[in-house]
Amino acid sequence: MILRLGLLFLVLLSTLARAELTIEITQGVDRPVPVAVVPFGWQQAQSLPEDVAEIVASDLYRSGLFALMPRNSMLSFPTQPSEVYYRDWRLASQEYLLVGKVMPEAGSRYKIQYELFDVIKEQRILAESISGSATQLRKMAHRIADAIYEKLTGIPGAFATQIVYVSAERLSQDDYRYQLVLADADGANSRTILQSKQPVLSPSWSRDGNNLAYVSFETGRPAIYIQNLQTGAREKVTGFSGLNGAPSWSPDGKKLALTLSKDGNPEIYTLELSNRKLTRITQHYGIDTEPTWSVDGKSILFTSDRGGPPQIYQKELSSGWVERLTFEGDYNAKAHLTHDGRHLVMVHRNNGVFHIAVQDLKTGRLDILTETALDESPSIAPNGSIVIYATQIDSKEVLAAVSLDGQVKFRLPSKQGNVREPSWSPYLQ
Amino acid sequence: MRVRNFSKVVAVATTVVWMSGCSSTSTSTDSVDTAPVVQEPVVEVAKPIPVAKEPTVKTVVMSDEEMAKAAVAKLKTVFYFDFDKTVIHADAFEDLSAHAKYLASHPDTRLVLEGHADERGTREYNMALGERRAKAVSRFLTVQGAGSNQIEVVSYGEERPAMMGHDEGSWSQNRRVELKYSH
Repeated sequence: MILRLGLLFLVLLSTLARAELTIEITQGVDRPVPVAVVPFGWQQAQSLPEDVAEIVASDLYRSGLFALMPRNSMLSFPTQPSEVYYRDWRLASQEYLLVGKVMPEAGSRYKIQYELFDVIKEQRILAESISGSATQLRKMAHRIADAIYEKLTGIPGAFATQIVYVSAERLSQDDYRYQLVLADADGANSRTILQSKQPVLSPSWSRDGNNLAYVSFETGRPAIYIQNLQTGAREKVTGFSGLNGAPSWSPDGKKLALTLSKDGNPEIYTLELSNRKLTRITQHYGIDTEPTWSVDGKSILFTSDRGGPPQIYQKELSSGWVERLTFEGDYNAKAHLTHDGRHLVMVHRNNGVFHIAVQDLKTGRLDILTETALDESPSIAPNGSIVIYATQIDSKEVLAAVSLDGQVKFRLPSKQGNVREPSWSPYLQ
Repeated sequence: MRVRNFSKVVAVATTVVWMSGCSSTSTSTDSVDTAPVVQEPVVEVAKPIPVAKEPTVKTVVMSDEEMAKAAVAKLKTVFYFDFDKTVIHADAFEDLSAHAKYLASHPDTRLVLEGHADERGTREYNMALGERRAKAVSRFLTVQGAGSNQIEVVSYGEERPAMMGHDEGSWSQNRRVELKYSH
């Protein structure tokens, strides 16, 4: 048993070393729900490439809603219902218990069976299995965490998703290295999908999760590119004179909203991807940029300084009606709507400090979510629970995240370089 | 005469230094633009030698040209802005007017205006802000006689800070427009 635990520990270490981003919880809910995630059973001689239960536990911990029981406090490691003694777990003040086992299948595939127990009610509340290849073990673990999270909170989990971000390093005076990095939502499995000496920014996911649009200065001038994440194929979709920026995919996946200044000053356009038809959306001598779509795709929200300092406006595409949405503070920019369309997440300046804030569009109430400074680039997890954003800590650019209710906060510092411009994927298949 | 020739040489040398300075700082923008910049000083250096030996009316014209380049080389090429503002400071007018005059008298000369913002606020808004600053300078130059075909505006937003600090001392240096002559 000691040997097996040792192996588990080694597996965990190698997993951490591979992840470019690490996660540090800085604030959780006041009374996190105690959950015990028991190491999953595995009866084979050679060790598993991943510690599945550890990944599930890390995901649940990262949500800030749960307190995970340390393994060395566990009296036993049950892997099936017959081995579960509720009393032991109740005495250890646990409310929920997750046990499971991993079994080999033909063709180097694995099947994971897992069961969730309500310790207080002494009931099994979830029993499922999932299978996949060796390279999918982490993904399977995230899917298990998603299922547990949904069972316990009523909200679908978003652990089996991905993020993209930009890593930037200044190698010498005029030598920069920009990398567009794709990683799992927990920072693991990071891989560089674009490297350039010139700025890369504003990555935006297509709604099916297959493509990314972003801005790259690789020609010395800004242009918008679309890159397929499966094949790596990429194409330049705009390279007009002036700004080519802030691409945002429409909900139906057929259009990009973007910023161009080819007609004189920054305006919002939509680009129909099938025929490359451009439609100008805004007509104003001020700055109009950072478009994002309403949930129904019928309007576009954007940042504009038409009223003085930058604020968020919404334009209904059919009627042309423009409405200002933000009034609190003298700088509101880069808006994103939650998946239900109710909340507006944005960069907000308060007393000269840039924070991430959320505005309830129904009540008008605005809440500042972050205490960090120089916060920017908010992006919302597809389940609407967490906002990931870029900030600076000790003069280093890092990613951080905050729950939409402001109760849970964590950071994802990078081991090297500055990281910025995070963008959370939609739910992935 | 000897003194005048000497000053010409100095002027040319200054031009060469300035030109090469230009090329090294603009490598980050576009290799297509910087390539001709590097070549030009080589031509300039060769010219003073016959001028010194055999002064003619023609060479005096060349000398004026060199003096003009030397004069423009002494002008400021970086202009600063206030936070979230795109208004050119009054103390920049004199140098910008001289740049405009130089461009007007050298219609083949091309200029790239790089607009920059400090790190505060969002990246895309800063991209727009940088462009506005560069366009404000572009307008000033064209009103003063430069041809709009001579000027290209590129905004880098907050992506290329001049100073790496996170305080007003750095921010004030980063809210800028840089003039970069190509050919």
